[in-house]
Amino acid sequence: MNEKYISRSSAIAARLLGNEMMIMSAADSTFFTLDEVATVIWQAADGQTPLSQIAGRICEQFDVDHQQAERDAEHFIDELAKHGILMLSDKPAINFGPQQER
Amino acid sequence: MDLLGEMNQKALELGVPLSVHLDITYRCNERCVHCYLDHDDHGEMTTAEIKDILSQMADAGVFFLTLSGGEVLMRRDFFEIVEYATSLSFNIRIKTNGVMIHEKEAHRLRELGVEQIQISVYSHRPEVHDAITKLPGSLKRTLAAIRFLLSQGLKVTIANVLMKPNLADGSGVMALAKELGVPYALDPTITPMMDGGRSVLALRAPASEIRNAFRDSALVGDVEKFCAPPPPPGEEIMEGYPCSAGHTGCYISPYGDVFPCVQFPLPSGNLRTQRFLDIWRDSDQLKEVRSIRAKDLPTCSTCSHVGTCTRCPGLAYMEGNMRGPSTADCEKSFLRTGIPSANMIRQLRSNASLVQIQAQ
Repeated sequence: MNEKYISRSSAIAARLLGNEMMIMSAADSTFFTLDEVATVIWQAADGQTPLSQIAGRICEQFDVDHQQAERDAEHFIDELAKHGILMLSDKPAINFGPQQER
Repeated sequence: MDLLGEMNQKALELGVPLSVHLDITYRCNERCVHCYLDHDDHGEMTTAEIKDILSQMADAGVFFLTLSGGEVLMRRDFFEIVEYATSLSFNIRIKTNGVMIHEKEAHRLRELGVEQIQISVYSHRPEVHDAITKLPGSLKRTLAAIRFLLSQGLKVTIANVLMKPNLADGSGVMALAKELGVPYALDPTITPMMDGGRSVLALRAPASEIRNAFRDSALVGDVEKFCAPPPPPGEEIMEGYPCSAGHTGCYISPYGDVFPCVQFPLPSGNLRTQRFLDIWRDSDQLKEVRSIRAKDLPTCSTCSHVGTCTRCPGLAYMEGNMRGPSTADCEKSFLRTGIPSANMIRQLRSNASLVQIQAQ
């Protein structure tokens, strides 16, 4: 199976409020909040970490099986990709240095 | 409650400053007749100072960042500041007169992911708009900027201030906004000068014009609902806060001074000597602002408008008491509903007794 990689769009507003991530797309002003599982995916979306590894982190933290975690992650990624917030690729992104995460 | 409202409530409970309005300069290329600012530079923060406070704000949880002035593009490092703010994942909104925005600047703002740009237009007629801004050719340049921004796919809103010099032009600006396909907002509020000067208040629109604006469905939506008498206030209203000033938002001046709001000049700390989060959490002034509930307002808590009034605690502060009424908002509540506010009734009574004394 080919690995998948996800990265965050560069012009997206995001901030952790309590345990939820707030996200707003400048392109269409859509406002989202992410639950704890989705926040883990968002924070791991560095373009370098394979989706299978992200699913592994979810399994460790939230007591779900790997297949379920990967299915949930793909569903979440598809939703955010529709709004141009996450980008999905079958190759790792070129690394321009660490993204600032808050 | 919508999602954004839920986040605001959560930020309030967690004590997080969700929004900051940062004026990066008071310098301006226009000299609007109603402006409340002193446009001289008294020692603006440097690029490095601004970047440092942006980092502090991101760490403190600030999400919505409004960059304003003065005219933001008067700073040569404006795009460097926006670029840095983008790297910190703020939702960025900009207020500008647009005069210095051309195709290149519009493209850069798009690249940097700016979410919204608010531009002031005071009339559809150059002779009126330019007389207000005191910059010949400003309307032409501002409208060109709006078109450049729209061509980049950016969201623009037009803001107008209703005042004596442009009383006849509200509908003209609204038609212009419609033609451009952008939202339009009209505000009748004229704010006293930051140094306390009140001469600009002479520009306030007459009551009859504000009353007409409140009955224009294109501006207020459902007129009947907007102008309806206020419902009796419940406990939730009386225990509630007047607005977000100092609760989930604050204002920072180009000199690093922190205030509860851009319209609330209560000095609460300075970022050149204190950390942002220390001021946010520990400032006595912000604590005092946060301690005030509607039930604590001596006059307004007895007013039928208490739950629906747009009472601004900053304007009340400028009138001498942050717990007192803001008379411009008392007037607006009256003009909207036809029901006098408790403050207006109190003043009428006090004036009546003066007349009786004079008659004796």
